[in-house]
Amino acid sequence: MNNIDSASHVTGRSVYLDDIPVLKNTLHGVVFDSPSPHAKVTRLDVTEAQSLHGVKGIFTWRDIPGTNDIGGIIPDEPLFASDEVHYRGQPLALVVAADEHIARKALELIKIETEEMEVVIDPRKAHEKGMLLIPSRTFSMGDISGAWSECDHIFEGTASSGGQEHLYLETQGAYAYPAENGCIKIHSSTQGPTLVQKVTARVLGIPMNRIEVDVTRLGGAFGGKEDQATAVAAMAALASFRLQRPVKIILNRIDDIRMTGKRHPYTSDFRIGLTHDCKIVAYSAVMYQNGGAAADLSPAIMERTLFHSTNAYYIPNTEVTVHSCRTNLPPNTAFRGFGAPQGMFVIETAIAKAAEELGIPAHLIQQANFLSDGDEFQYGQQAENVNIGKCWGNLDKKFNLAKIEKEITHFNSKDTFRRRGLAVMPVCFGVSFTNTTMNQARALVHIYQDGSIGISTGAIEMGQGVNTKLAQVAASVFSVGIERIKLESTNTSRVANTSPTAASSGADLNGNALLAACNELLKRLKSVAALMHNCSIEDAGLLKEKVVIKGVVTDTTWEKLVQTAFHKRVSLTENGHYSTPEIFFDKTREKGHPFAYHVYGTAAVTVTLDCLRGTYKVDDVLIVHDFGNSINLVIDNGQIEGGVMQGIGWMTMEEVSFSDDGRLLSNTLSTYKVPDIYSAPSRVVCYALETSGPELAIFRSKAVGEPPFMYGIGAFFALCNAIKAFTPEFKTDFDAPLTPEKVLMRLYNH
Amino acid sequence: MITFILNNEKVSTGIASGSSLLDFIRYEKGLTGTKTGCREGDCGACTVLMGTYENGTTSYRSVVSCLTPLINAHGKHIVTVEGLKMESLTPVQEAIVNHGATQCGFCTPGLVMSLTASSLSPHKTTVESAIASVSGNICRCTGYKSIEKAAEAVAILLRDKDINDPVWWLVQQKHLPDWFLTIGLRLVEILRANPRPENGDIVIAGATDLMVQKAEELSGAEVVSPGNRDELRGIRISNGKCHIGAATTFSELVESPDLSKFIPDISSYMKLVGSESVRNMATVAGNIVNASPIGDITVMMLALNARLTIAGHDGERNVMLKDFFKGYKKTDLGAGEIIKRISFEYRHEPALFSFEKVSKRNYLDIASVNSALHLSMEGDKIRDCYVSAGGVSPIPLLLRKTSQFLRGKAVTPDIIMKASIIMQDEISPISDVRGSADYKRLLLRQLLVAHFLKLFPESMNFSIDVL
Repeated sequence: MNNIDSASHVTGRSVYLDDIPVLKNTLHGVVFDSPSPHAKVTRLDVTEAQSLHGVKGIFTWRDIPGTNDIGGIIPDEPLFASDEVHYRGQPLALVVAADEHIARKALELIKIETEEMEVVIDPRKAHEKGMLLIPSRTFSMGDISGAWSECDHIFEGTASSGGQEHLYLETQGAYAYPAENGCIKIHSSTQGPTLVQKVTARVLGIPMNRIEVDVTRLGGAFGGKEDQATAVAAMAALASFRLQRPVKIILNRIDDIRMTGKRHPYTSDFRIGLTHDCKIVAYSAVMYQNGGAAADLSPAIMERTLFHSTNAYYIPNTEVTVHSCRTNLPPNTAFRGFGAPQGMFVIETAIAKAAEELGIPAHLIQQANFLSDGDEFQYGQQAENVNIGKCWGNLDKKFNLAKIEKEITHFNSKDTFRRRGLAVMPVCFGVSFTNTTMNQARALVHIYQDGSIGISTGAIEMGQGVNTKLAQVAASVFSVGIERIKLESTNTSRVANTSPTAASSGADLNGNALLAACNELLKRLKSVAALMHNCSIEDAGLLKEKVVIKGVVTDTTWEKLVQTAFHKRVSLTENGHYSTPEIFFDKTREKGHPFAYHVYGTAAVTVTLDCLRGTYKVDDVLIVHDFGNSINLVIDNGQIEGGVMQGIGWMTMEEVSFSDDGRLLSNTLSTYKVPDIYSAPSRVVCYALETSGPELAIFRSKAVGEPPFMYGIGAFFALCNAIKAFTPEFKTDFDAPLTPEKVLMRLYNH
Repeated sequence: MITFILNNEKVSTGIASGSSLLDFIRYEKGLTGTKTGCREGDCGACTVLMGTYENGTTSYRSVVSCLTPLINAHGKHIVTVEGLKMESLTPVQEAIVNHGATQCGFCTPGLVMSLTASSLSPHKTTVESAIASVSGNICRCTGYKSIEKAAEAVAILLRDKDINDPVWWLVQQKHLPDWFLTIGLRLVEILRANPRPENGDIVIAGATDLMVQKAEELSGAEVVSPGNRDELRGIRISNGKCHIGAATTFSELVESPDLSKFIPDISSYMKLVGSESVRNMATVAGNIVNASPIGDITVMMLALNARLTIAGHDGERNVMLKDFFKGYKKTDLGAGEIIKRISFEYRHEPALFSFEKVSKRNYLDIASVNSALHLSMEGDKIRDCYVSAGGVSPIPLLLRKTSQFLRGKAVTPDIIMKASIIMQDEISPISDVRGSADYKRLLLRQLLVAHFLKLFPESMNFSIDVL
């Protein structure tokens, strides 16, 4: 089934934030941000800007009636910087004017004087200076210090992965307007409406119930609007609250890229120990996460890096530490995979390094170390229904990896200037928020008198198709046509205390809450049907918009049933609640059972390198993926293909670059390149592993948003293998992304 | 007043002529289907169709509305996604729906317009051309495989397209609303009754660079756009010379049979230059006066040893392109002067010409280094030779010493490697976001080798060890 929004998308009728009809007297806000990476602010003079015709207000930290803090996890991030700035792009003031052009002119008139302070953008340097966002954390298992002596081979090295700009096509934005009794309504392009509500309440110094946040849909988010949408929303609300006028802020692209955080760059040192027969006995790593100037979601991202630091492998002795380092960059944030890709990149690097030193293909090591049922993860959870071996096996059966390898070797021996490379990327990804509290959701279902259905949940539709899946859940429970169902906007007044739509868990959490509500309503409707047909409730059912009694279809239609229920004063509204059972995590021991289940998959990636020009093309991405029992393969395959492309982008052309003094150099779409249609692999083939799926996934259909991103990591190692085929003496240096520049320099030993 | 047809409605506006068409569509007309993605022509979310009435027919191309100053819409038919509205979805829209080629939907209207432009083109729509039409549309959700499938489906639907009258055919096939058939006459009437405003101080052409660099300045300004004047348009061959009108767009270069005869690979070279919608707007002279050190057309024209004809208050003068650049972003163009045409030696047979460009992303990107080579042979010796390079100096360079060295030499790997050493003394690349200086030096050497490998595959029996 196609995305239920498809028709409105292709006709341009879908409404995004900037498409909401504006109220009369709407003002426009533009942010004045720090020109310095780290400085004392000695003077901030807005008087001249204020007097420009059309400027209605300029707001700084002094104008905040509540608390000047927007930190989601740790209160360490002001909405507006006051006496110090910590990164270029840090908001200092909001200029509000009759239109955006006036506001931009006013920006030029703001005067700032600063005393520059030392700038640190390198996380290792930050760590040396003790600049950490939060205390470091370590996951370990077995006896790492004793284990090294059991190893036949020990290899050490360094791995680095770069940042990544989300490049959601719709930039950050918010539209706030005053409502009666001192309330504010905010339309926000956010993945976390409750966070917007909570933080705005804190900034304005008013209770949460005075703030209503409404979200129709996002034009892409990928994690970039989980925490970072909040600042813009809080600013719009502040200005609206002070001026009692509607205020809209839409960041233009260059402001958005400059001011907002990105995927965390990591740099890590690793050590891996193996036996003669490729069993990994010990693995240790120290990872330096470049967190930027404030915590944002870094603590949670660090945690997921730890959870996934051994990917799909069972390694009996481990010790992995992550330091979350404070630097003078915009606070880095959630991005599809949430730290897991960075962690997996290091273990895959360690394996590739070992393979290179031993002169064997990496997949021999990968295959020798897969998790099995009953194995313990580093964090204490027992592995159940492990599908990694099956995914790899099926991939090999369908595509014959040995044959692909042979073809590549043959090609490489014949061609002068082109080399091909193959890498296989297994993935094991845990599903649930690692913060157990967040694994809860609610859904509000109205069945209207005419039989139409309205559904509100905490899920945000951002292209991932969660609304379609939710509609399928309700349609399936009531056995009605999907056209009867409408997904309402996500609104904090209808569904409160929501978790952000993140961690691939939107469909599971909200779907299960919706399922609870629908089942309750179904029970009521069945009892009405039983009354109508003089039978017991157990005998009543619904099938294709008709009441069924003892398996026999009756003339009673869905509409008739609903009308009867209404006349009999049966409630046609229900609120469902869900909290994921079984999960817990004890941070004092770093052990527990944090995940409802794991998603598995394996991808084989092949590339062709033009060794004259240093350019390359990803040829094939061949996948066997564990969807569980997918309820929507159109949507799930879309997540696979999109995730793969984004992962390849992260590993190849997407290069976030800063000058030494923290100035973003890749600050536009002409300098930061994301994949275009010609960058897509020639072939992406994804087979679904045949499994029944876990009970805790909605209708046993596993979460799918993040896991495929990590298949893209295969592109990096495939490129390394192609480089080695041309330059056999090349010692791989594991520094992602592998841009055409890096490739060419490595091909010719520069 | 700027007057044009927006979808099915004639509009006239007194808004500053340098303002963007995108803002006009969204905020004056409330047509919010056209999205704002980047305002630098790099994402395609704001793509619309621009119909031009000429020689009795209205022909349509895709343009990015963010970089289209209102003046360039004057007398045109502008079509947004709202303008495709009929009782049911258009086949292009249906193809996108059926192949799951829309996720968040924000890039989708732009994609629909690009694919519709491909339908409207007076050429056969192939799978490749349909995909090429969306090459400027960035989608961050789908990974493009579903978009490829949708484009393929559209190409199949258009198999029997009447390329002599695509609009008529598309209306019959319910790809377009029937009022499209009335547009030609209405444009004639608009062009007759509404002279193009000529009251600005800033001269623009395609504006694809100016609208990025000076967006705020242009948004409130009156501009003049002389690009529709006959004398600035068209490609003419006379007396062994090719004369290209200054306002000739990149797309027109690709479509010129004369140029294709001379440079058979021109379409694959031009594919490396911007997206289709940007190529529909950007002009040859615009690329030159922008004086970017990495202008792709400029680098090609340098290797063709092109001459510029410049018009000013005191009449016309000529200057060789290689002498036109005076420093970083500085040119020989005086106040009040404009480039009128670009000319170079032409023969009705394929030239030995090669263009190479490497960027972070293979397509739709600005070069790290680009280079062109044009030469002629006498027996097995090089008679005349021009090598140019961009991205390796403050200005786009004709590599005079390298070119001179190669003249009279046979093409051998050894000679090319010697040339590449001479070349290193002619360039002065800097490290920036497009690459380190060392990389650019290495890359230019590689591109020089690539030129010769492409043109002389037999003579260039290269061993990798030479490099």
